[in-house]
Amino acid sequence: MLHHMKREEITHLATLSRIRLSEEELTNLEKELSSIVSYVSVVSDIAADDAMATPKVGARYNIFRKDEITNKSDYYTSDILREAPCIEGRYLAVKKILETGE
Amino acid sequence: MKENTIATLRARFIAGEYTPAAAVQAALDCIKEKDGEIHAFLDVYEDALLAAADATKQYKEKGKDTPPLLGMPIALKNNILMKGKHVTAASKMLEHYTAIYDATIVQRLTEAGAIVVGATNMDEFAMGGSTENSAFGPTKNPHDTTRVPGGSSGGSAAAVAMGAVPVAIGTDTGGSIRQPASYCGLVGFKPTYGAVSRYGLIAMGSSLDQAGPLTNSVTDAELVHDTMAGIDSMDATTIAPDTYPEVPLKEHYTFGVPRHFLADGVDEGVLQAFEAHIARLEAAGHTVVDISLPLFEKGLAAYYVVMPAEVSSNLARYDGIRYGHSAPADDLLGVYEKSRAEGFGKEVKRRILLGTYVLSSGYYDAYYGKAELVRKKMREELATTFETVDIILTPTAPTPAFKLGEKEDPLAMYRQDIFTVPVNLAGVPALSFPMGTVEEEGKQLPVGVQYIGPLGGDKRLFAIGKTIYDTTI
Repeated sequence: MLHHMKREEITHLATLSRIRLSEEELTNLEKELSSIVSYVSVVSDIAADDAMATPKVGARYNIFRKDEITNKSDYYTSDILREAPCIEGRYLAVKKILETGE
Repeated sequence: MKENTIATLRARFIAGEYTPAAAVQAALDCIKEKDGEIHAFLDVYEDALLAAADATKQYKEKGKDTPPLLGMPIALKNNILMKGKHVTAASKMLEHYTAIYDATIVQRLTEAGAIVVGATNMDEFAMGGSTENSAFGPTKNPHDTTRVPGGSSGGSAAAVAMGAVPVAIGTDTGGSIRQPASYCGLVGFKPTYGAVSRYGLIAMGSSLDQAGPLTNSVTDAELVHDTMAGIDSMDATTIAPDTYPEVPLKEHYTFGVPRHFLADGVDEGVLQAFEAHIARLEAAGHTVVDISLPLFEKGLAAYYVVMPAEVSSNLARYDGIRYGHSAPADDLLGVYEKSRAEGFGKEVKRRILLGTYVLSSGYYDAYYGKAELVRKKMREELATTFETVDIILTPTAPTPAFKLGEKEDPLAMYRQDIFTVPVNLAGVPALSFPMGTVEEEGKQLPVGVQYIGPLGGDKRLFAIGKTIYDTTI
């Protein structure tokens, strides 16, 4: 089954994926994703006779541990904060997302 | 017996005719001499010499009463966390990332005495089959440096094949240990899903990923696997020894060959080596029968739905805020979008977008839901097949190692994994080891055979592998 991915579709996927794409990347992906999606769409034919069945995904039983703290307080904190691109004190700093009224 | 095996080194260390200090020095010297051309390593740990000196002392004092891997130089694929070391997943995204803890497998290997001498190159975030997707340049195949070593654990394979280390650890999501083992003439093992802890591995496809060894013998692969394996409280998907019914060892096995699957796209030389291998098995008293695996054959399509879906979820964590590459921008969304645009390479972006597509509203049922259904039915198909055969036999890859730059089309690259990806989808174990060579342009290129076992059948694969392969080296 041939499936052509439109440029707007790819732009939308890029927004959902939080990846900014250049014009050149968009052009390449249009071709590449179309051919990959066409290839993988055979999955819908294979399982067509079983359309109502629900696949069982993942673990078949639960694993529990005791509800108690196992880390020593502050044990990893400084190492973790050292990896952060931008911190203020013991906090990660991010760009403002709310406008403050005057 | 091959020189560069753990078994040989261990015997020589105990006898006092060779030392860990000399072995680690030899590993570092080999890297210095050859790695300029091969580029198997992203990082080399000179401080390994300190641990080697200590191991040398321990052998002098305690001889054979030392841990089984004491003093063995090993290399780790650079998506495995080792505290205090740079772990990059061969991505610009994690170029300056320092691991803050040890992966469970690293903890177990070092407790058993292994000495990590370096981190190996790979396809970025383990996505690829040639190591050409590394953000830090490709690795070359030691058997022919115009060719790829395979991937994504290509650096680990090249590190063993060039003689630097007797064992390197890789990870296998769709063939990333077995395919490079095939291209580089090594033993490679993908365990039953859950046999080995994933705690401390940089996640790619969480329902598919397993870590395993690349070695020169099946005996070594078993020893290293056994050291890493076992239940881990940090990974709830690890399995207990009795999770699956016992898979008995036998003197003679029945091998099943999916003939129809081999009819298309397999290199003539690979087929010849494969037929010769079948003849060897029959001469040794095993039975080889034809089987049909129609769903297994469609595994590649299902894989390229399930895997990207998991990739897009797992890689959402790289946002430029908590760790990894961060690009300045005017607003928060801009930081996300630019950091990810600059940090990720081509193939990673492709798979994230594909995964986002198959999981998005309106397509989820048609792609992801259906692919998981194929996966379930494939497991049933395999369970039925293993009622009548003990081991499924295929070539590991359809061709020997290809040339650098030869596979520009993503789908052509993906097809190299056609025999290996269904194994990960089903969660079953598989062992690859050399079955011969194919001559290309005057060079002898190794090719591997793949033995696939039932769930929990890891021991059976090691047992037959030792009989068939280790007796020939």
